[in-house]
Amino acid sequence: MADPRALYQEVILDHNKKPRNYGALEDANRKAEGHNPVCGDHLTVYLRVEGEQVQGVSFEGHSCAICKASASMMTTQVKGKSVAEAETLVQEFRDMITGKLDVQNQSHHLGRLTVFAGVRELPSRVKCAVLPWHTLHAAFTAQESISTEKEF
Amino acid sequence: MSNAPLMKSEKDVSGGLDVIKVREDFPILQRSVHGRPLVYLDNAASSQMPRQVIDRLVYYQTHEHANVHRGVHTLSQLASTAFEDARRTAQHFLGAREEREIIFVRGATEAINLVMNSYGRAFIGEGDEIILSAMEHHANIVPWQMLCQEKGARLRVIPMDDAGELLLDEYEKLFNARTRFVALSHVSNALGTINPVREMVATAHAHGVPVLLDGAQAAPHIPVDVQALDCDFYVFSGHKLCGPTGSGVLYGKAALLEKMPPWQGGGDMILNVTFGRTTYNELPYKFEAGTPAIAPVIGLGAAINYLTAIGLERIAAHEQALLEYATEAVRDIEGLCIIGTARHKAAVLSFTLGDIHPHDIGTILDQHGIAVRAGHHCAQPVMQRFGVPATARASFAFYNTFEEVDALLKGIHEVRKVFA
Repeated sequence: MADPRALYQEVILDHNKKPRNYGALEDANRKAEGHNPVCGDHLTVYLRVEGEQVQGVSFEGHSCAICKASASMMTTQVKGKSVAEAETLVQEFRDMITGKLDVQNQSHHLGRLTVFAGVRELPSRVKCAVLPWHTLHAAFTAQESISTEKEF
Repeated sequence: MSNAPLMKSEKDVSGGLDVIKVREDFPILQRSVHGRPLVYLDNAASSQMPRQVIDRLVYYQTHEHANVHRGVHTLSQLASTAFEDARRTAQHFLGAREEREIIFVRGATEAINLVMNSYGRAFIGEGDEIILSAMEHHANIVPWQMLCQEKGARLRVIPMDDAGELLLDEYEKLFNARTRFVALSHVSNALGTINPVREMVATAHAHGVPVLLDGAQAAPHIPVDVQALDCDFYVFSGHKLCGPTGSGVLYGKAALLEKMPPWQGGGDMILNVTFGRTTYNELPYKFEAGTPAIAPVIGLGAAINYLTAIGLERIAAHEQALLEYATEAVRDIEGLCIIGTARHKAAVLSFTLGDIHPHDIGTILDQHGIAVRAGHHCAQPVMQRFGVPATARASFAFYNTFEEVDALLKGIHEVRKVFA
């Protein structure tokens, strides 16, 4: 990881600069707030779940590039998926970041999200990447608020 | 930045401090990080340890270790002598009148908690007021908040201006008949501001109110004389002063310490124990229950001796030169905003860089071997005051060089390139 560009890849920088699905979702029927007290990252994930399907998803908040890009790419990946499929992504993303899932050699559904695999070599940044996913999970399970300090 | 390399070698011996030679004392400064030479600029969080302190710790563990103040045997006497020597060293370092005014604690945080638990719970009650400043570290906020919750007392906060200087007129207006205590940073960890504590102590005393000074960021960088300051309590941590973690000092005026109840019970803090009653030991032992952090305290003594041999005046002069050089150099960096621009500052450069999050700055600098702190610096109210979630902070020590400031600048340019 001597080259920061290995982590700050073009796609991550692009999502940081132009986050997709950014802002409150007007017809949301679930939402959750995520907070990382260590660095002050704070974001809200909005969801519209119809039956078992994620009809709409968005986020807003203040965070570092890793967190914002992770949130932005997350929204593009889970939109239109079933809740179960989205929860699988949550689990796989978490496993990738914590080194439990080897994205090169094991099967998964992460697609472009593997750009975040390098984060596992930066323990201080793992929480940044995972925060949006924890918050999404919290929104599904209708927990009011989530903090990375409690989750890890 | 462009003309910097020409001036480096000349500048490195400014103030008569031979930095190159000093650096040889610090084994850790020889290592590399991510294939680059380590540039350690996180000294406000914790400083590095010179060989002299490491050797003292090794010698103690190899030749002198036993419990203190207990045994008649040789090792216990050696350990006790070394431990009490450290107390005298700390006494002279702070200019305290008496040895018994030095209480050993785990660090500045524990010292403040001791004063809150002992002095605070005995002498601060319902409706009373405690004055703090807007730039306090959480360690000098939360204990007082806990006391307020328990007692029904309340906090009053001295505001600061956009430069990070306390508003002294507003400070004076906060005093009233219910004011019982003032707790104040000598130097701000997040902003670097050196507060005019001597005048502020005098103001409090004019109202009959005692003052605790948090010297965690001051003691390693500027000469401190508690008698000249006339503060009632002064606290600092060993690990920010080239000593070991787990060591720290509470200075208190003997007259106050004597009337304070103990805060922890146990061995060492007693004269006599029956199941009916206990007679407490005299100062300083009344406040040192249980086996203390013997090795860290002896290491702290060695660290103070090391710093005093170099000279706090010379240390302050070199760090000021580094700060001025760095402050001038970053002025030209587009989007860089220094948080904390007080007239009197310690060598702390807290900054934001456009909309690049400080954590991203910290990670990219780390990839270049440069260690800075990124976050709220345990001073969230300061971040709120300046309307930022966090800052990146480079904090210098006497063993830092102008070349390292150049490396920081280069690193900041790399950060900007990544986010261009």
